[in-house]
Amino acid sequence: MSLFAITANPEDRHPIFDQIEKLFRNKTGVAGLIIITIFVLCALLAPVISPHNPVENSLYDQLKPPIWSPGGAMKNILGTDDLGRDILSRIIYGARVSLMVGVVSVGIGLFFGSLLGAIAGYYKGWLDSIIMRFMDILLAFPHILLAIVIVAYLGPGLRNAMMAIGIITIPRFARIVRASVMEEFEKDYVTAARAVGARNRRILFNAILPNCLAPIIVQASLGFGSAILDAAGLSFLGLGAQPPTPEWGAMIAMGRSMILRAWWVMTLPGIAILLGVLGFNLLGDGLRDALDPRLRD
Amino acid sequence: MLSFIIRRAFSIIPTLLGVSIIIFLMLAITPGDPAELLLGERATEETLEAMREHLGLNEPLYVQYGMFLKRLIKFDLGETIWTRQKVWDEIKQRYPATIELSIAAMFLSCFFGIILGIISATKQYSWFDYMSMIASLIGVSIPVFWLGLVLMLVFSLYLGWFPMSGRMGIGIDLEIITNFYVLDAILTRNWPALKDVLWHLTLPAFALSTIPLAIIARMTRSSMLEVLRQDYIKTAKAKGLGQTKIVLKHALRNGLIPVITVIGLQFGIMLGAAILTETVFAWPGVGKWIFDGVVKRDYMVIQGGTLVVAACFVIVNLIVDVLYAVINPRISVK
Repeated sequence: MSLFAITANPEDRHPIFDQIEKLFRNKTGVAGLIIITIFVLCALLAPVISPHNPVENSLYDQLKPPIWSPGGAMKNILGTDDLGRDILSRIIYGARVSLMVGVVSVGIGLFFGSLLGAIAGYYKGWLDSIIMRFMDILLAFPHILLAIVIVAYLGPGLRNAMMAIGIITIPRFARIVRASVMEEFEKDYVTAARAVGARNRRILFNAILPNCLAPIIVQASLGFGSAILDAAGLSFLGLGAQPPTPEWGAMIAMGRSMILRAWWVMTLPGIAILLGVLGFNLLGDGLRDALDPRLRD
Repeated sequence: MLSFIIRRAFSIIPTLLGVSIIIFLMLAITPGDPAELLLGERATEETLEAMREHLGLNEPLYVQYGMFLKRLIKFDLGETIWTRQKVWDEIKQRYPATIELSIAAMFLSCFFGIILGIISATKQYSWFDYMSMIASLIGVSIPVFWLGLVLMLVFSLYLGWFPMSGRMGIGIDLEIITNFYVLDAILTRNWPALKDVLWHLTLPAFALSTIPLAIIARMTRSSMLEVLRQDYIKTAKAKGLGQTKIVLKHALRNGLIPVITVIGLQFGIMLGAAILTETVFAWPGVGKWIFDGVVKRDYMVIQGGTLVVAACFVIVNLIVDVLYAVINPRISVK
């Protein structure tokens, strides 16, 4: 039997159920969950639900307005861009790109940030000083600027943009995990684990880290939103996704030149970004209230 | 207190050194010949060789960094590739535009953010509270560049109330003294120019202010809620003081302490984040300049611009820390 296994009373509920229940009672959290579910469904089912091919040009359908505007038609509910591509389909496929950006960037930040933060918080001393000094240096750059500069050196493209956003996310996770590990370190179960001779690595990764999950989950949700926002910003500047990839920021950049002729090309992808980011921020807030009320503002 | 300030000021030196190392290494590890990257493809072999000599590219990396640092101390950030202007002079000329925009945006965010936060806190769980907190959540989720374009579409193109871009209209005569146009217009008592400059400033400042406004409103609300629950507020109520007086005279002073840190941090972030707003509104600040540098692959601009913006960010954070200690004696010198 594992050292940390607990013989549970079958009548006791796992605390996770209480937390899920709390999350579902939280209106903000539920609103966020609903938005994110729609967002994820769009991303996963894009080929099934999108009415047209997002990169297919149609010279006969250039700059068609949305259905509610004069001249709009059922064929292109949200209108088309200057190459006749269907905006709705591009927005639906854009959810895929944004979801991927979120997963990859937050993944990079979460993995390296948690690892560095956990090591710094557990071993303390010079290792802590070196790691956290380095994190301070990364935090000394306004984050979007750092992302832009990293992409400027690595070269534009979605892959490099995701990497840049991942890198700028590392310090946030590192700080949070370090603080949590330090707090857990003082608790009795850690002392007990050490007393029975468990090795450091085992204590840190099997005992302490699972107890630091609450703030990590909250940060991941909020980080997801800001990764989508940053990626859209980079693509808007031409440093992220390249044409014809249906990316929301890049769509806004393209619509910019025809802002007066066809307002929908630029406006509608922006609403998609806003909703996507809002969903993750709402969920982050809800999760914080449910999992870790200490972190509230 | 003085020793705290001195100690805190010295503590930024390692951070600044770290920033310079990162910026130095970024160029060093970029594939290709740094001299060619810095001089562009049009450079001749002689100029390339001269640049290699100047940067010490034939020396080991640590010697190169030493030379880089030596030049930095003398504010020698080199010349831009495209315009052959001194990078430092270009920054000096452009930074006022960014600072002016950031101050205007900060003014808007503080003014509206604090008012919204206070009202929400005093009317907790009212519809106003819910509405303003939803609005602030939308505020932190909105893509600034998109908001800028929407504002431009509605207020410049459709309504014609504000100009689309730039810092000042063509044909406006303003004697430039400090490069802060608002200040210059006031100093020279040039009221038509002041009106025009403020007119140009409004939309970009409003776009840039949304995220800090939302964060300040949320922070003010939660901080005020905490203060309003304290015993001394109950005492003030028991004494029979009116709600307005309690909030403004007793609660606000303590409630705003944590907000000041947020304001400072946000101001620092703005100096760098203005890059998107500046690009949308063609605002001739340092952010747009760095972005143009990125587009033209002008590594001197990227290097110099990033270094100065990051240094300013670190210094703003230092000032915030010191201010925080001055206002809140509980945390001072520890």
